[in-house]
Amino acid sequence: MAVYEVTYKRYLGKLTPEWSRFLVIPRHAFRDVFKSKLFTAFFVVCFIPLLLEAILIYLHHNVNALAILKVDVRELIPIDTSFFQTFVNLQGSFAFFVTLLVGPPLVARDLRNNALPLYLCRPFSRTEYVLGKMSVLLILLSAITWVPQLLLFLFQSYLEGPTWFVNNLSIAAAIFVGSVVWILLLALLSQAVSALVKWRVVASAALLGIFFIPSVFGEVVNNIFMTRWGHIISLGALIRNVTAGLFGTFVRASGQLREWDGRFGHEITVYEPPLWASWFALFVICAICLALLSRKVKAYEVVR
Amino acid sequence: MALAETVPNHTTLQNPANFAPVIDLNDLSVNFGRRPILQSLRGELRGRAIGLLGPNGAGKTTLIHTLLGFHAPSSGTAHIFGQDIITDAKQIRSFVGYMPERDSYIAKMSAVRFVRLMGELSGLPSEAALERAHEALFYVGLGEARYRSLDTYSLGMKQLAKLAQAIVHGPRLIFLDEPTNGLDPPARQRMIRLVREIRDSGKANIVLSSHLLRDVEECCEEILILKDGRLAVYCNLEEERKSNRKFLLLETRGDQDKFAEAVGKLGCEYALTGDHRVKLVLNEGIEVRDLYRIASEHDVQIRRLSYKRDSLEDIFLKAMENGHGGL
Repeated sequence: MAVYEVTYKRYLGKLTPEWSRFLVIPRHAFRDVFKSKLFTAFFVVCFIPLLLEAILIYLHHNVNALAILKVDVRELIPIDTSFFQTFVNLQGSFAFFVTLLVGPPLVARDLRNNALPLYLCRPFSRTEYVLGKMSVLLILLSAITWVPQLLLFLFQSYLEGPTWFVNNLSIAAAIFVGSVVWILLLALLSQAVSALVKWRVVASAALLGIFFIPSVFGEVVNNIFMTRWGHIISLGALIRNVTAGLFGTFVRASGQLREWDGRFGHEITVYEPPLWASWFALFVICAICLALLSRKVKAYEVVR
Repeated sequence: MALAETVPNHTTLQNPANFAPVIDLNDLSVNFGRRPILQSLRGELRGRAIGLLGPNGAGKTTLIHTLLGFHAPSSGTAHIFGQDIITDAKQIRSFVGYMPERDSYIAKMSAVRFVRLMGELSGLPSEAALERAHEALFYVGLGEARYRSLDTYSLGMKQLAKLAQAIVHGPRLIFLDEPTNGLDPPARQRMIRLVREIRDSGKANIVLSSHLLRDVEECCEEILILKDGRLAVYCNLEEERKSNRKFLLLETRGDQDKFAEAVGKLGCEYALTGDHRVKLVLNEGIEVRDLYRIASEHDVQIRRLSYKRDSLEDIFLKAMENGHGGL
């Protein structure tokens, strides 16, 4: 119908499947996100370590290149569990900064402009709304974490042979689970903060605070009580321990401290919190975020 | 739109849901905590355009929100075109449109993208949503401004954009919550004209909530008046006007009270409506000349005399006085 024939008409055409409608949100959000040249540039920068990782893997298997470079890369950086773990942690840091840029305005903007009733008066539930908003981050963060990492793992397997692939499948699982846990935590935290704080700048600052203030406080606790249990409130330490556990490199005894007892000092070994405690702490944080989201993402606040 | 025309009309006519009332309230009550907001609302609303009236805080918006599934009823239920608001909430939301009272939009988005997004969330495929977004914006009169960011819109334009998002998916029932709030007279006229056009198209029913009686009077066939969360009146406006007795409105000078009392002694209903004004209904056998006689006996001048019927304002004011049931 031409636009000049303006009359009210019902729509009786085909509808999209209900399960796919939450994906409308990330599709529209990506347009806004990539409108910013600064963000696009940063997002490209996020792939540089992955490129470096790919180059290192390639060099390991290219004798000619090694000969030209006159460097035995195999001796310098072996392609093993630690190699992949290092890059998973590095990409995790980039994921944090992407979250800081993209996450805070996602829900905050809708709350500030009372847009939630517009979403929720449609055949679109609160869960779908949260899922849609989270998937903006989940898709972006997946693109810089586990998806390329797994591709590089496959690349390494292709060059090394099927035996290496079979023997190191646990690395692939660790890459996937470690990254997914991290990006889920980031997505949930940023959405919860975004739902609590209506202003983008404040939400970004709050998100930054949530990551760094407990870490500082945790270190203070560690130093005063000569322990490592302070890490239980530090998100960075929690995820580092969990990832180490997944890669099989987690060691509880994390160092020696000198305790002074009057005139004499003696060495004591300090232990990281056990892995189950780190997993439990992450679970509690995620549960709190979900509870906050369920409380805040409503068409209207009811004043009782 | 082209898709809309490929579906034969008889499919909608044969649907038994079409014979169901637009809204069927079955003892609907809503509490916020211990505070009752809506109490035992009952009634079948069938009009093409239903006006939802009531003073501030009467529960108009809460009723709309409950029908949309935003609040859970504390007891009872309601049906929209035969679908239960509790069990079929998602299905109901697929054929209703909602224009909220408060300023609601998505920031940093052009109007066309905003309306398209809303269309897609309602289940329209991307291309159909884009096509209908353009049409809806032209329909409400924002065609020339459709690529502008919503942040730059005036209040009137935002109201029109809200209407566009409410109709983009071509709903069967449209809830308009205070659609003329904050509009200047020409913008208000435009909004009223659009509402009437949609009503007259016969393709959508409208529930218009407002505390502005004029808006409701100009758009609606039926009215539902709420008072303190209870149903005070539900009636067909036109029929109500017809059934109402004519009454006389007198403008007088002199001792109005004694004059009114004397008229009352003749068995006529009367009301003192304001300074020097008396409203009265003449009984059979009593004529206007009797009024002049009584006026002269009480040294009262009748300066103006006119026949009137109840306006919506009268119906509303009576409802506010009576509180419950009919007039």
